[in-house]
Amino acid sequence: MAQGATTPHERQAHYWVPAPMPWPIMGSIALFLMALGAVFVFNSLRAGWVSLAAGSMLLLYMMFRWFGDVIRESEGGRYGRWEDVSFRWGMSWFIFSEVMFFAAFFGALFYVRVLSVPDLASITHREMLWPGFEGHWPSAGPAFEEKFTPMAAWGIPAINTLLLLSSGVTVTIAHWALKENRRGMLNLFLLLTILLGVVFLGLQVYEYGHAYAELNLKLSTGAYGSTFFMLTGFHGFHVTVGVIMLTVILLRCLAGHFRPDHHFAFEGVAWYWHFVDVVWLGLFVFVYWL
Amino acid sequence: MSAVADHVHGHGHAHDHHGGYRGVMRWITTTNHKDIGTLYLWFSFVMFMVGGVMALVIRAELFSPGLQVVDPDFFNQMTTMHGLIMVFGAIMPAFVGFANWQIPMMIGAPDMAFARLNNWSFWLLPFAALLLILSFFVPGGAPGVGWTLYAPLTVQMGIGMDLTIFAIHILGMSSILGSINIITTILNMRAPGMTLMKMPLFCWTWLITAYLLVAAMPVLAGAVTMTLTDRHFGTTFFNAAGGGDPVLYQHIFWFFGHPEVYIIALPAFGVISQVIPAFSRKPLFGYASMVYATAAIAILSFIVWAHHMYTVGMPVTGQLFFMYATTLIAVPTGVKVFNWVATMWRGSLTFETPMLFAIGFLFLFTMGGFTGLVLSLVPIDIQLHDTYYVVAHFHYVMVAGALFAAFAGVYFWLPKWTGRMYDETLGKWHFWLSMIFFNITFFVQHFLGLAGMPRRIPDYPLMFETWNKISSIGAFGFGLSQLLFLYIVLKAIRSGEKAPEKPWEGADSLEWTHLPTPAPYHSFETAPVLK
Repeated sequence: MAQGATTPHERQAHYWVPAPMPWPIMGSIALFLMALGAVFVFNSLRAGWVSLAAGSMLLLYMMFRWFGDVIRESEGGRYGRWEDVSFRWGMSWFIFSEVMFFAAFFGALFYVRVLSVPDLASITHREMLWPGFEGHWPSAGPAFEEKFTPMAAWGIPAINTLLLLSSGVTVTIAHWALKENRRGMLNLFLLLTILLGVVFLGLQVYEYGHAYAELNLKLSTGAYGSTFFMLTGFHGFHVTVGVIMLTVILLRCLAGHFRPDHHFAFEGVAWYWHFVDVVWLGLFVFVYWL
Repeated sequence: MSAVADHVHGHGHAHDHHGGYRGVMRWITTTNHKDIGTLYLWFSFVMFMVGGVMALVIRAELFSPGLQVVDPDFFNQMTTMHGLIMVFGAIMPAFVGFANWQIPMMIGAPDMAFARLNNWSFWLLPFAALLLILSFFVPGGAPGVGWTLYAPLTVQMGIGMDLTIFAIHILGMSSILGSINIITTILNMRAPGMTLMKMPLFCWTWLITAYLLVAAMPVLAGAVTMTLTDRHFGTTFFNAAGGGDPVLYQHIFWFFGHPEVYIIALPAFGVISQVIPAFSRKPLFGYASMVYATAAIAILSFIVWAHHMYTVGMPVTGQLFFMYATTLIAVPTGVKVFNWVATMWRGSLTFETPMLFAIGFLFLFTMGGFTGLVLSLVPIDIQLHDTYYVVAHFHYVMVAGALFAAFAGVYFWLPKWTGRMYDETLGKWHFWLSMIFFNITFFVQHFLGLAGMPRRIPDYPLMFETWNKISSIGAFGFGLSQLLFLYIVLKAIRSGEKAPEKPWEGADSLEWTHLPTPAPYHSFETAPVLK
């Protein structure tokens, strides 16, 4: 066991520098195939699906093998305190980059709400281009003819807020149980977290169906539809990824992985889950509520 | 060795240099920061040549008024791809290459913090480049929208635009993963005693650059994602009819784009801050102020973006804010320039090729900074917006700034990397040819811009002919001079004189003081003892 020093500042003699592996290049080829396939599919070339499917499967295989190697190394005791600190920095900065990705879409939302839509309803534009455009949010823009109903905040979205906030609590309880080495409780609360996430996603899918079928609210419903579906969809994608990661962690817990003092994979996924949670609060306030 | 290596290759054991992989597979699977640094540098040189050829197509067309060489559509594709390839394919990977080679050696680390992720950061690049190049061969050709990819043109382009969008996504992934790696390496892998304020300045500039990348690249990814959905899924982010705004794209793009300018410039500052003290035989003047100035530039870079957009119809208050914020950047940049000059002041100077490029950088980058100040002023910029004055300005910063610094870095560290010296006479030739032809190419473009010649056009009135001819001659001279650079590097690798242990008397960072020349494949497997 290469368990490291007891304090983060007291150094191990050696840092774990891994051996060469073929997974990164496989990931690059996979992404290339996926990009190529997506381009073809978007431009109505059916052959693209083949490339897209092949790329996706290759990417899944690559992740399975790469993460598998890392898990084996971790359980084999390769990672001490020094490597652990690296993982913590790495995950923190990754989450920061995700925050900035969401920031671009929130920026677009604030811009259309505060600047472009009111500006299109300003006196010059109203006289010259689009008479009668009022510019009240929610708006699908001056040229959008159909009627649509915006998504109400206090139905499903409010329930979803409760679900995600509760899942933040359950994952914290699971973490506490892991640190206390109470494995039954750990597994139970991890499973609860996953279920809450899955129910959230189910309600989100229902909400989208409701929007398309009954509210006439679509991705193509102007500024409101664009920002609504882009922000909630991008968030929903992140929840999906989070649920998959939590499931992997649960399977690892069931396989007996992690120790009370050595479980960064768990913590990293919990951080990610909290991040998804916090983004949702922003969504609930600015997309649904205000 | 790990279970990983065992199952892929029977001979993968710890004493083996390359983990059991041989030939081309060694380079594809490597986790060694020096191998990966080398890959980055060669990739960047290849892209530099590709983007350079595109620049020469542009200059060939502009040699005379009228249309001679290419049609306007292809000309637009050339300006777009030249910009994208030089920024994302040449300059950025070049400095990541330097970071890979130098940071672990400079801070006394055994390797990068995430060695396998490091491999992926690099190997994403060739595939992104492939997507970009492929766009030339689809119906409609590559996007001809300018490297800034402004809506609504991007929404109207053909399939090539989609390929470019995904290429940007993958390039962004590469930058973000690489930056996370660099930040983690600097924060967690320093040898005991190597405190942050003792690090070579190159490491500081890269720490801050990596922060800028992690913050800015996702925003670009968001911008091109919205372009993609506007193109194919009926969203109206950049369409006024749906309540969106093409100017929204410009805001998001430049929120990324201005930090990007410093992403390119800061590592160049870092290289110069290593080279000038070494050849002045004096420590860097005002080290702490250099660190603070770098941080100040990084912070300011996020609140000046709209100075690229003075002519879109912003309120005057907005123009004033962005003008004052922009001129403020001159303060920390001035601190740097004065510190470099003060480092040389009463130093014991010698003028080997790295120092020549560093001084060339200092002189020309400062000029690019001055024209930047000119452009930051709203009333002047409204005249000069999208003219050749802007083209001249940013080439002074990108070519004479970033590229000259990269040359300085290559000549400076080549002995350490290869164990062999380059040909000093040829190096000096390379410098003077580059210096002279650069100015022939770009200095005259200031005159063209002031006279009102717009950028990104294949044809122009007769009155602009003289300066355009001179600029084109300079461009071909500059391009050909870079073949000399390739020759010098290859000659050094193949038959250069054996480098002494410490070829530069004044160099004092760890790679010179604590490692043999050439640097061994694995360095600092145990931390060096520092005083």
